[in-house]
Amino acid sequence: MAILTSRLGPLDLQNPVLAASGTFGAGREGSVFVNLDELGGIIVKSMTVTPWKGKPTPRMCETPSGMLNAIGIQNKGVDRFISEDLPWLLKQGATVFASIAGNTVDEFVRVADKLRTGGRGIAAVEVNISCPNLEDRNNMFSHSPAATAAVVGKVKAALKRVPIFPKLSPNVTSLSKIAEAALNGGADGLSLVNTVFGMAIDVETRRPKLAGVVGGLSGPAIHPIAVRAVHEIHSNFPHVPIIGQGGIAGAEDALQLILAGASAVAVGTMNFVDPSACRTVAEGIASYMDRHHVTDVAELVGALKIEG
Amino acid sequence: MTMLLASGEVLSHKKYGEHYHSLTIVTPDIGERVRPGQFVSIRCGENRASILRRPFSVYRVHKRGGWASTIEIVFDIRGPGTTHLSQLRGHSIVDLIGPSGRGFVLPKRRAHCLLVGGGIGAAPLFFLADELRNEGHRVDVILGARNSGLLLGAIEARRLASVCRTTTEDGSMGDTGRVTDVLSDTIRRCETEVVYACGPHPMLAAVSRICLEQKVPIQVAVEELMACGYGVCMTCVMPLRRPPKRDESPEDAVVYARSCTEGPVFNGAQIVWNGAADLVAVDQGELTPAGAPTRHGGIEDPSDEHAPPGN
Ligand SMILES: Cc1cc2nc3c(=O)[nH]c(=O)nc-3n(C[C@H](O)[C@H](O)[C@H](O)COP(=O)(O)OP(=O)(O)OC[C@H]3O[C@@H](n4cnc5c(N)ncnc54)[C@H](O)[C@@H]3O)c2cc1C
Ligand SMILES: Cc1cc2nc3c(=O)[nH]c(=O)nc-3n(C[C@H](O)[C@H](O)[C@H](O)COP(=O)(O)O)c2cc1C
Ligand code: FES
Repeated sequence: MAILTSRLGPLDLQNPVLAASGTFGAGREGSVFVNLDELGGIIVKSMTVTPWKGKPTPRMCETPSGMLNAIGIQNKGVDRFISEDLPWLLKQGATVFASIAGNTVDEFVRVADKLRTGGRGIAAVEVNISCPNLEDRNNMFSHSPAATAAVVGKVKAALKRVPIFPKLSPNVTSLSKIAEAALNGGADGLSLVNTVFGMAIDVETRRPKLAGVVGGLSGPAIHPIAVRAVHEIHSNFPHVPIIGQGGIAGAEDALQLILAGASAVAVGTMNFVDPSACRTVAEGIASYMDRHHVTDVAELVGALKIEG
Repeated sequence: MTMLLASGEVLSHKKYGEHYHSLTIVTPDIGERVRPGQFVSIRCGENRASILRRPFSVYRVHKRGGWASTIEIVFDIRGPGTTHLSQLRGHSIVDLIGPSGRGFVLPKRRAHCLLVGGGIGAAPLFFLADELRNEGHRVDVILGARNSGLLLGAIEARRLASVCRTTTEDGSMGDTGRVTDVLSDTIRRCETEVVYACGPHPMLAAVSRICLEQKVPIQVAVEELMACGYGVCMTCVMPLRRPPKRDESPEDAVVYARSCTEGPVFNGAQIVWNGAADLVAVDQGELTPAGAPTRHGGIEDPSDEHAPPGN
């Protein structure tokens, strides 16, 4: 039987399959269906320095092989994460990745500061830089190398030894430039990718299907985009640990991301369909490894074969 | 209360009235726990083009006899999910999550209950009516739809209710007009102490407004778009007003509560139906009118209970 323990940079995970941010809350609801200590880890919903209400509804619509969402990072704030969710998660034996968000560099830093002082037990922090930057005409941090470097540098300085994984947006001309900026800022690894910009219109009413007009596309529809992104970054930065995510519906999708260079993967939208999807994907990876006589996940990371 | 991931076997699929479909599913774990107003999320096939589960209210449960532990849903064909369900036949296996959400709160003491349903939205009212009658409450019903073909369970309702009124917009059955045209009159005539409503949101908004005016507690079951149905995605939220804290504006006192876990049944007087226009502060006192069975039969003052506890 294959052993699924995986190394993600400085972290040891019991398996390479995590729950993606915003798709598994802080674990409580999902724990009815799956033991949290069976997951490789849980990346909790992005948290901000003060509670965010999020956007009006409708916040989602289904699209071919996926869905669009415009939630607006509704969350109850870092303080309540620290007081209510974290102790509970640790008690369940979960490996906890915090996810932080903000609209200014300072907001990111303030969340990071709170996690440094109050977040004992957190394994790592994902930095959700797919947020509008109020100081740059609402351009996303993740769309500008300078803003990416600024956020990542300051967050790393605040968090010190906790590993950080900036989460990059695929909606850019050169992902490698953004990745380079994040790595120069002190990123310990990268999370690839966040949702893809999209939009849908109700032709009967001629209105956008989302109240937020534009949203993030997720689900199987974006899987090839994620595979390519991981492939590009792994090719250009072969030693950087990558959390691959985007469109995983089964073990094969996860394995594609691993072969492209991801050391761990995160399952997002599929958690909505099957709350135990992470476990199913991990089991599928194990049976693939048995079938291919692979004993260590590390042998698969970046093991893509390209002729010539 | 706990939800389960369960599989069920289709016992029967039949046309329901002129327009709707009914699916009876054997699923003991869910059938034994579900309460009126709760729903199930059904995976409609393995097709990758349409992946999300679809939520359906439980229309009826059968707890005894040959049909024990079955749930029945009724639905309207709308898109890929309901088309898939309409093709299921006996012995098909379906993958369900449920029972989900918070159902209706039943009165603690004997009460006159008025159930108001619009179109297919009336589905959960029949299960509710059964339970209310079992507990000795009086049940009156108003059903409305665009035309008689879209009225759900009109014959059934007549059997269950002390007073049953129907309205159709084209006058093909009952009074011509909408449920709200006969609501105030029915509340007065039936000495209604609590109203339960489900249907399209504009109808629920209008019903809630009338109930607020009449000082009758109102519980509504909403149908907001749901991606997960178990509380993790935050897509299904309803704006609720809670009593403003000191120095807080009415806008700040609005919280987005998940309709899949904190709902789908909410206090209709607490929902902000029309955005900012609705925020012209409602006196919170009106939400729990004296003399009405709110404390007992209505929803407790929700205040912080409805602040999103999860994510
Ligand atoms: C708690 C709850 C209980 C429900 N109970 C029932 C029920 O008992 N019987 C029933 O027929 N339907 C019910 N619905 C609505 C049902 O979930 C939708 O009809 C179904 O998801 C449509 O799926 P589809 O793939 O066939 O159509 P889609 O292609 O997904 O949708 C077709 C059209 O229906 C609209 N629609 C989709 N979902 C909803 C929704 N949740 N509310 C309002 N409009 C929607 C879409 O905007 C679109 O215009 C309920 C919904 C909720 C949230
Ligand atoms: C409803 C929803 C909410 C999300 N919320 C967040 C979030 O708060 N922070 C974040 O970094 N990513 C968020 N994401 C993105 C996911 O974490 C994931 O990166 C993306 O959906 C791609 O993976 P998938 O195709 O498997 O869903 C969200 C996605 C969805 C569908
Ligand atoms: S549908 Fe996902 S939180 Fe309600």
